[in-house]
Amino acid sequence: MAQIIVVTSGKGGVGKTTTSASFATGLAVRGYKTAVVDFDVGLRNLDLIMGVERRVVFDFVNVIQGEATLRQALIRDKRYDNLAILAASQTRDKEALTTEGVEKVLDTLSQDFDYIVCDSPAGIEHGAHMAMYFADEALVVTNPEVSSVRDSDRVLGLLASKTRKVEQGGRIKEHLVLTRYNSARVDKGEMLSVEDVRDILAIPLLGLIPESQAVLNSSNQGVPVVADTSTDAGGAYEDMVARFLGEERPHRFMQSEKKGFLGRLFGG
Amino acid sequence: MDWLKIFRNERKNSANVARDRLKLVVMHQREGRGNGPDWLPRLREDLLAVVRRYTQVADDAVNVRVQHDQGVDLLEMNIALQDEETAPRD
Repeated sequence: MAQIIVVTSGKGGVGKTTTSASFATGLAVRGYKTAVVDFDVGLRNLDLIMGVERRVVFDFVNVIQGEATLRQALIRDKRYDNLAILAASQTRDKEALTTEGVEKVLDTLSQDFDYIVCDSPAGIEHGAHMAMYFADEALVVTNPEVSSVRDSDRVLGLLASKTRKVEQGGRIKEHLVLTRYNSARVDKGEMLSVEDVRDILAIPLLGLIPESQAVLNSSNQGVPVVADTSTDAGGAYEDMVARFLGEERPHRFMQSEKKGFLGRLFGG
Repeated sequence: MDWLKIFRNERKNSANVARDRLKLVVMHQREGRGNGPDWLPRLREDLLAVVRRYTQVADDAVNVRVQHDQGVDLLEMNIALQDEETAPRD
């Protein structure tokens, strides 16, 4: 039985797909068979971020509607043996994701994979609901910014009520992934701190991803950020995966870079 | 370099403003969620309307929640009246 993890946020543009791609890749690098599924029907992007956009023949909706088998639709990553991608449909309606259809696909994936990562669309409508409904755990991706934090809190409310696990009397394990963090701005009092966000959302911090040029650089090339762990964001995602797997790792980007004496005097 | 903070303008600290605003909206958002029934927000609105027939209160004056205590579901209500108009009008 695979573990199902939804990557969700409520607000768009906070880094769900970037996080899904790096999280899934990181798990695969660690030797776990991992499938990452794009639930954003109509606005698919995971294929681009993973660099497999030219290999999409069949998609998630094709499988649900019986037009293709899961085996035909799954794209095996060429760089990472353990990793497979299931693209969303670009042309269909979100309603094409039926509860029964999604369940069947996840059940089938469950037989072959250790982890299934569900990349949720933004919002709290049907697509987002389907992405979270069967999850065991959730990565709640948040920017240190008021609208993103509020939306994440909304999503936490849904995770605690509108999921199969909760309907069966269980509870979804929630993790906070704070992205686009700029500790220098936090020091200046211009950005919510990781403590602020953690206090407000009241869930444990799994990953702290710094605002980084590496994110755009890697999406330009269709390579997950985590592929280059020498970059700040790549290293942060690698740490996040290690923590998810139970390792203790300190958060590297909590404090801003130490400035020299003059920098401290005049840097403000 | 904590002493540098002395020279900083606290008023400019927008992160603190953001934090305080967020705490408020999130608190309201959580009312009636989780273990509360979904009619709780509507009850809150109705109560607010009734209270306002007698006295003016702020939008967030009425607080309702359901608590489970030793096998009993308890509806807890808090209505904060404004300082000057504590007595109901005729």
